[in-house]
Amino acid sequence: MRRLLHHPSATLGLIVLTFVVIVAIVGLFWTPYDPYAVAPRQKFLPPDAVHLMGTDQYGRDILSRIMYGGHLTLLTGFLSIAMALSIGITFGVVGGWVGGRTDLAIVATMDILLAFPAVLLALGIVAVLGGSVTNVIVAVGIATIPVFNRVARAAVLSVTARPYVRAAVAMGCSDRQIIVRHVLPNVAGPLVVLTAITIAGAILIGSALSFLGLGAPPPEPEWGVMLNDARAYMQLGWWLTVMPGVAIALTVLALNLLGDGLRDLLDPTSRATDAHA
Amino acid sequence: MTTPLLDVRGLSTQLDSDTGVVRAVDGVSLTIDPGQTLGLVGESGCGKSMTARSIVRLLPSGGRTVAGQVLFEGRDLLTLDAGAMRAMRGHHIGVIFQDPSTSLNPVHPIGNQIAEPLRLHLGLSARAARDRVVELLSRVGIPRPQQRISDYPHQLSGGMRQRVMIAIAVACEPRLLIADEPTTALDVTIQAQILELIAGLSSETGTAVLLITHDLGIAAGMCDRIDVMYAGRMVETGSLDDLFYRPRMPYTWGLLDALPQLGMDRHTRLATIEGGPPDLSAVMAGCRFADRCAWTRDLCRSTEPLLTARSDAGHLARCHGTDAGGWIG
Amino acid sequence: MAAYLLKRLALLVPVLRVVSLLVFASLDLTPGDPVTSVVGDVPIDQATRAQIREAYGFDRPLHDQYLGFLARALQGDLGYSYRNHQPVLDLVLRAIPSTVSLMIAAMIIGISVGMVVGTLAAIKRGTLTDTTLMSLATLGLSIPSFWLGMLLLLVFAVNLRLVPAIGRDDLASLILPAITLGVGSAAIIARFLRSSLLEVLGQDYITTARSKGVSPRRVITGHALRNAFIPVLTIIGLQVGTLLAGAIVVETIFTRRGVGSLLLSGINNRDFPVVQGTVLFATVSYVVVNLLVDVAYTLVDPRIRHGGRPS
Repeated sequence: MRRLLHHPSATLGLIVLTFVVIVAIVGLFWTPYDPYAVAPRQKFLPPDAVHLMGTDQYGRDILSRIMYGGHLTLLTGFLSIAMALSIGITFGVVGGWVGGRTDLAIVATMDILLAFPAVLLALGIVAVLGGSVTNVIVAVGIATIPVFNRVARAAVLSVTARPYVRAAVAMGCSDRQIIVRHVLPNVAGPLVVLTAITIAGAILIGSALSFLGLGAPPPEPEWGVMLNDARAYMQLGWWLTVMPGVAIALTVLALNLLGDGLRDLLDPTSRATDAHA
Repeated sequence: MTTPLLDVRGLSTQLDSDTGVVRAVDGVSLTIDPGQTLGLVGESGCGKSMTARSIVRLLPSGGRTVAGQVLFEGRDLLTLDAGAMRAMRGHHIGVIFQDPSTSLNPVHPIGNQIAEPLRLHLGLSARAARDRVVELLSRVGIPRPQQRISDYPHQLSGGMRQRVMIAIAVACEPRLLIADEPTTALDVTIQAQILELIAGLSSETGTAVLLITHDLGIAAGMCDRIDVMYAGRMVETGSLDDLFYRPRMPYTWGLLDALPQLGMDRHTRLATIEGGPPDLSAVMAGCRFADRCAWTRDLCRSTEPLLTARSDAGHLARCHGTDAGGWIG
Repeated sequence: MAAYLLKRLALLVPVLRVVSLLVFASLDLTPGDPVTSVVGDVPIDQATRAQIREAYGFDRPLHDQYLGFLARALQGDLGYSYRNHQPVLDLVLRAIPSTVSLMIAAMIIGISVGMVVGTLAAIKRGTLTDTTLMSLATLGLSIPSFWLGMLLLLVFAVNLRLVPAIGRDDLASLILPAITLGVGSAAIIARFLRSSLLEVLGQDYITTARSKGVSPRRVITGHALRNAFIPVLTIIGLQVGTLLAGAIVVETIFTRRGVGSLLLSGINNRDFPVVQGTVLFATVSYVVVNLLVDVAYTLVDPRIRHGGRPS
């Protein structure tokens, strides 16, 4: 942690991310105005001291909407990756450890998932399940499983091949002990890096799906939805387009900077964990 | 006395490392006469490769030469501008590296890699360069050169790759050939052939050779003179006979003892020098070999011995114990 | 070489079978009566409903429907759109040129900008230039493409009126969409090329090149770039999938015709034959492009051409 704070871009990322998370949490309980309150006489007001980020086509305060909507965007990122992480690692560890047919079946399934680009896969899943915030989380989560699965499986395979692990097996250590003591510590570094970067990707995909009308339904102040709303009124107020986008870009940038910094510290030799590919 | 082809004076090269600045080469001087073969011998990490790389100014990143002169035919290479230095490399000075499997570019046919210096320095046309490449390939002992010219490095064996490296290095008939551990990465059976090839080329064209090796035996078979380096310092220099029959430095004795000898019982273990070389990033007083030497006295630890003349002309050694008034017989 | 290509093409068959099965099964998973998708919200009586059910084959068991779909698909019949009752194949074929030209333009931007930026950053490693370029690349990765598209529209079409915002199919109207789509690829390629090039520049054969008296510029262009490009090729292949997905977003923002907007309207209208057709196109092109990438590998890396894998 202390070393992380000596990494300039990681520090910047951490500060910005903390700021965004705090604002989103505060937004859940308090916003300057009601994020849903329509005020027809105050529409398209440019940013000023009263409305820091201006108002939209219904006269709603954009800052309030961004603050309140923040939890939707952040939750999409965090929950979908939490899902991908737990399922991906479980299957990766089980497959790599058990081997044989189980492993083959898991690898084959992951290969099929990997045959599609993550965005298309998520889009397809949402198309089938129908558009909602929950479904976007599930879709992005499923699309990201293979990334974690692969790292976990590779780690199991490489660790179990090491002499000291074979010795541990010979001495009668249980599978569970070996996985917890030897396998997981070995993947912790790459996984932390991957988590930061995939959350960034998940937020991008999630907001893109919302933007396309496949995520949160319109009155919700999800940032992608706000941008979709703004499309029709671009010439009436730049702030409608600029503000929600800055919010998304800032969050994703913070996560990417943090991920890069973590990679430099935890995983210096590897290019393999670049999930952006 | 002839003017030397290469006259290195007080060369010092430093490397940045995690533990600090490493003085990899520390005040090294050496000379090579035209057509002569000089062996530069020492354990790995003693600075012999860094010396060679300093001469051609191809240091790894984090390395820099901080003092000295490298006079090549009287011109100091260290003061040449980058363009003039490039005109030297591959033209008047050829280099052969240790590992031919990583030293050839995997994505270019070997013919193009050999032709490159010919076209660059001699301005040969594509056709003329091709003819010369075929000639070179056959000279370095590659069968059916016409066909092999479009082969890629991965299609050749290790020995063949080193022959290609040699062809690249001697393409422009340089006056100095630097061979940095040219046989270390090769099979023992091929080592002799490669050394023979280098020796043959050298005597044919009058090319001087700086042979860098950790193996005193290899140096014995090839060289007119031998320089021994230890921990960034030159510790003994002399003719082949001086070094083998009248060595005046305990470290050289150690190297000699480590050589396998004819008639030696197969089960006798070769002698090794106990311990390892000192940390070159630390400041040292005294003789750098003192910690591993069986004859060390207080003087060795407090004052570093100078490189002083011994019985024969041109035989120098750095040792208090064997110097005039020393305690080793 | 030809045998290798044939083998790779043969791999397309199982992939397409899985994809078509998945797309088809998704139909069944979707809540709601497929008849409603066909007629929309118009109230109809039971008899008509049954008639439509039979006409579209909804009454038959799913595997039966699937086999029928496969048999027809192999003959180039992808069914008819529920919405406008046009053949899906025609709809997709008409949408392809616009999407493909968009993707090619984006790829050209991505590769050329990415290569220049990545190379420059690697050469100037550790300098301000390097830091600036890599910060820009990280920014490029972090900006959502739909927002970038809207910003470009806002600045160049709405405010400056330099380029046509939407509609036409000429070259000028391709510029903004292609930039929108290409920025992400450029950023990724730049990052990968930089690290790949730095790795290559530390290799022994680069020292060999320098020992031959080759100039720094030639060392980069003649000896390092081609080696550094090999891992980047994989990335470029994977980028095609991302570009395809990005095309949906970009075509929506710039209201362009194309496979992406076709797919999106298919999803929104629950027009499944259209979804099926566009997804099949996407999969085939993804697989084919990655096949082309493999061919490109053999051109760039002689070690693969002769049957090995790069070490």
